[in-house]
Parts: sequence; structure tokens; C-alpha cells
Amino acid sequence: MADRSTTTLDKVNASLARRYAKERRFRRMGLVAIATGLLFVLLLFTSIISNGYSAFWQTHVKLDITFNAEQLGIGDARDFEALSSADYAALVRASLKEIFPEVRERKERRKLYKMISTGAPLLLREMLINDPSLVGSHHAIWLPADDDIDMLVKGQIDRTLPESARRLNDQVVGWVDRLTENGVVAQLFNTTFFTAGDSREPELAGIGGAITGSFYALLVTLLLAFPIGVATAIYLEEFAPKNRWTDLIEININNLAAVPSIVFGLLGLALFINIAGLPRSAPLVGGLVLTLMTLPTIIIASRAALKSVPPSIREAAIGIGASKMQTVFHHVLPQALPGMLTGTIIGMAQALGETAPLLMIGMVAFVVDIPGGPLDPSTALPVQIFLWADSPERAFVERTSAAIMVLLAFLISMNLLAVLLRKKFERRW
Amino acid sequence: MIVEKTAPAEDASQVIHANFGGTVGDLTVAEPRMTARNVNVHYADKHAIIDVSLDIGRHEVVALIGPSGCGKSTFLRCLNRMNDTIDSCRVSGEIMLDGQDIYDKKLDVVPLRARVGMVFQKPNPFPKSIYDNVAYGPRIHGLAEDQSALDEMVEDSLRRAGLWDEVKDRLQQPGTGLSGGQQQRLCIARTIAVSPEVILMDEPCSALDPIATAKIEELIDELRQNFTIVIVTHSMQQAARVSQRTGYFHLGRLIEVGKTDEIFTNPQHKLTEDYITGRFG
Repeated sequence: MADRSTTTLDKVNASLARRYAKERRFRRMGLVAIATGLLFVLLLFTSIISNGYSAFWQTHVKLDITFNAEQLGIGDARDFEALSSADYAALVRASLKEIFPEVRERKERRKLYKMISTGAPLLLREMLINDPSLVGSHHAIWLPADDDIDMLVKGQIDRTLPESARRLNDQVVGWVDRLTENGVVAQLFNTTFFTAGDSREPELAGIGGAITGSFYALLVTLLLAFPIGVATAIYLEEFAPKNRWTDLIEININNLAAVPSIVFGLLGLALFINIAGLPRSAPLVGGLVLTLMTLPTIIIASRAALKSVPPSIREAAIGIGASKMQTVFHHVLPQALPGMLTGTIIGMAQALGETAPLLMIGMVAFVVDIPGGPLDPSTALPVQIFLWADSPERAFVERTSAAIMVLLAFLISMNLLAVLLRKKFERRW
Repeated sequence: MIVEKTAPAEDASQVIHANFGGTVGDLTVAEPRMTARNVNVHYADKHAIIDVSLDIGRHEVVALIGPSGCGKSTFLRCLNRMNDTIDSCRVSGEIMLDGQDIYDKKLDVVPLRARVGMVFQKPNPFPKSIYDNVAYGPRIHGLAEDQSALDEMVEDSLRRAGLWDEVKDRLQQPGTGLSGGQQQRLCIARTIAVSPEVILMDEPCSALDPIATAKIEELIDELRQNFTIVIVTHSMQQAARVSQRTGYFHLGRLIEVGKTDEIFTNPQHKLTEDYITGRFG
């Protein structure tokens, strides 16, 4: 008897070592998997941030501008019409001429004037329209530099390259160095990037239009997808009889969740634009398409949330004579709502990052104006990234990364909100 | 080691079903509150209740006992049509409440469940305040005319459930924060707040400690003055302590029914005797 128990113990001990080794191996593999995942996330963020952070600053040049009525070509007129059609570029030219009096040749002069962004005259125009009394006065004003100058100042253009391989020749580089020595070149926070719409000129391009477009599209999506999705989930989960039809519907909803998003774009193009005649490139149509795409996610998440409400709560309500409707709306729904909201937010985050279906309905157009409503043509944030990633200008590279950073910030904060909601409303019973 | 051969369970059930000559004992009472006649319940393919007939008298506590899976809970849930919520469940036969067929197609189950309340095995207060738990029934049925009447109803129900003194200072705190026994009494208070005629209790003490159990049993005895109570229990001592009549279920059949003291002292059927003397179950 004693012998037998000893051998059993030995066997157990022998197997113990093996079991622990297995456990250690598994744990190590888990750690490796997590580390790999984290490494990739880290790489992604490092590359995006290192590429994009500089886009939040823009090189500006301080120029002495005299609002000379003669140069503006407005004579004595100070009305809106005269001011809005005046020649503001002349002011910039005059100021540059003063700093570089030795540049006389036409071709060189054009290069000189090109150092300042073509958006600078517009800035001056805005200043003067806001305050016509400025005419005749003299101001030192920070004006945005052209994107090539911006790149040079940020060190993105290699000065050691032979002149012919550079976008800026030695003469222009010399001018920039002289301006820098004069202390009139500085990098200022790039508010344009957040407020402006798209532009051919990188220094004038911004994500303001794209964010507004995304906002309208998501608003439409939220207003449609949340009520429809939740109502569908409640009906299917609580009221619908369990038969072949509801099984079929359930399978189809699950299939719908797996349909490639570009197919929804095609559907939207055919249905909303060609048949319903809604305007192309409009956030309304984008929102409708994203609704179709988000609905299955919301329905599935909401049904899971409803399923997780313990049946004892339903029984309690039914047992004291609550009707089906009262049971669902007084007891089940409040318990399931956090889960539903989480699902909705995750669905919305998915919709925010979606590009392909929006390409199909024309939200990929070049839109300079910031949309004023859901029917105005517009782009969306991920589409803007797609457009910029395609642009040849060096300065768009950093703007692409910066736009990705903004998009990621939105996505992360939405997911955080979902987590917070879940934590806040999590209940025990 | 030699494994002893035991007869499969099916054989035993066949023997019972083949030789069953009907429920032993008097299943009727004078002026019954509820009467069940030839009730059969099927879950999909399973015949869970077979030809059960039983009267439930006024102001009495009827205990239903029997081994697990014998159908006593299923029968209990037939009495207020809780089984309606299970899709695969079909009920046939006749169950009357005060002379009215509760399985009549025209009958509305919502008022029925207000008349026949239910207390469940696991305490299941709503995740709301203690006050709202008790006030919920009166609110949905529109029993209270104003706030003060509702307050009174809540207090009265909590008093009758023996919980008032323990919770009167924290009515706005969540009902789920109470102890298990208190939660179960809260559920009883919630049930009696809508003044039902019959209260069905499905093993109300199985999740409670002996002290909480004693309190609930005491409460059941008091509630008998105003309500009719049908209680399913696994504890034979409990059945003996709280009930006036007892029914013994076995494999879907009501084997024997009679006065509680007679059932426990002088069972007529062999199966009943085996069960209460602890030979199986």
C-alpha cells in the first residue's frame, strides 16, 4: 500500500514538471504575441507621428506691408467691392522688393515672389475688409511661406544635393538664409491646417472641410442607425417568434456585417444617387451608406446586450403582471443600454474610418469650401487622407500623417468613451 | 471491482406509468380558489406533466414536493401561465381561478399575473431602489391614486413582508444591496404590493441560510391570513412546517395529495413513503 502511494506520488511529481513547463511555454508565447502586437502599434505610431508632427507648424515670413492705396489700385474707394477686388499681391511684391533690391531680372523676381504663399494676398484682403481704416498704414505681418520654403526650413530639402536635383536653386536658398538671419522667418502654429478646406497649395490645405463632412455624415449615420438598429434588435430578441423567418433574417444580418464596404458604396450609388436622385458627394448620402454599413454591427451588439440581461429580471417583471412591452422598456432596456451604446460607438468609429464606400458616391471630389450642411459637396477625413497621400508635393506627406493623427485621435477618444460608458453603467445583480 | 447492475431510469418510469391508478388521496377541497383538472404539459418532445388534477383552497398553504425534475415547478408555473414565455411549452387541460378558465383564449394574462403573483427561487429584485421595487407593481397597474397612497402601499407591503424595520431608513438605496434573505422578502413585498389572490413560491428558501429561511417560513404563515399560497420546496421539513396540504409529484404525475400531517405520518402510496422516509430523491 505504501509502495503504491509512493509511486503514484512520483508519477504525479514527474508529470507536474511537464505540466508546469507547458504552462510556462504557453505564457511565454502569449507574452511574445502581445509584445509583437505592441511593437507594430508602436512602429505605426512612431512613423506617423515622426512624419506628421511638423505639419502642425508652418513657416511664416514677417514682411513689412504698407497698405498703399495706389499699389492696391483702389484710389479713394473704401467700399467692399473695391477692397475685395484690389491687388494685394502687389503689396507683398513691394515688400519683398524692398528687402531684395538687387533682384531685378523678371525671372528671378518671379522666383522671389513665389517664396510667399499665394494665400498671403487673401490674408491681407481679409484684414483690410475687416478693417478698411488700415489703408495707408504700415504693419509687420507674418505671412505663410510657400510649401517649398517651408520644407527647406523644416530640413526636408537636402542642401547637399546638387542644385539641379533640388526643387530650390542656390539663389532661393540664399534668400531664405538671408531672411532667416534677419530674424523674420519663424514656424508658427498651423491653424490653417485645422480650419481650411482642401487646396492645391499644401500651405493652404486643411482638414476643416473634411472634418465637417465627416461630422455631417456621422450625424446622419447616428440619427438613423442607432434607432433603427436598436429597434430591430429589440424586436428580434424580445418580440419576434422564433421560426424559420427570424432565423433567415438573423443569418442575413450576420452576413451583412461581413459584406465588403465598397459594395455598400455601390448600393448607395445605385439607390440614393441614381434612383432617389440625391446629390453626389453629399454627406447625407455618405451618412446613408455608412448607416447601411453600421446597422449590422449595432444590431448584433444590441442583441448581445439584450441577451446578457438575466432572465430572472424578465421573470420578475412578468410575474407581477408587467406586459411584454413594460418588461422590455422598464427593465431589460435600461440594463442593456450600456452594451448597446458601446456597440453603437464602435460602429460609429468604424464608420468614421471608412473610405471605400465614400469613394463610390463621389465624396472623393476636390472640395475647397467647408460644407455648410449635409447636402453640400464635401469629403470625409479618411478620404482626405487618401487624396493627400496621392499628391506629389513633399509638404503633403507630412499633412497626410498629421491628418491620420487627427483621425486616430478621434477614433481613440470614441473607443475610450465606449469603455468609460461600459465602466460607468456596469451593474451587478 | 464489480459494478452492480442497476435498472435504467426509463424502466422505473414505465413501471410507474403502467401501474398508475390515479392520484391517491382527496384532491378536492370545498370552495376552492383554484382548480386544475387533467393538466398536461409538453416541452417539445418531453411530456413533463401528466394528467394532474388538484384543488387549491382559500387561505391555505399547499406544498408541492418531489424529486428533482418531477414537474412540480412546471405545474406551479402553469398556475399563472408563466410557461407562456417558453416557446416550446404546450399546456392542455383546465385550470380555473375563481371559476374562470385561465387558459381561455380571451383571457388577458397581464391581470391574471396580478391576481396570481409569483416568488422565484433566486431572489430577483430589480436593479432599482427598494422603494421602486415595491412600487413597481402598483405603478404599472395604476393602483395608487397619488404619491401618498403609493407611499402607504409600499410601507404596508414592506411591513407585511417583515422588512419595514430593516429598510425604512434606506428606501432609496438599491434593492440589490440587501442580503439574500432580505432580497427574498423584498420580492415577496413586491408581489403582495399588487394584492394578488394567490402567491406561487418556487423554492423560495433554497438560496437562503437557515435564519433567513425561518423568517420567510414565519412570513408565509402570516400571509396565509390574506392570501392563498402554493409553495414548491425540496425541504420536507419546510413543507411540514408551513403547509396545510401537501402533494407529492413523481415523474410528472401527482402521486398523492392530502393533509400535510397525514402525508408525513401515514403516506398511502409506496412512492410517497419511499420519498419522505429518504429512500430516494
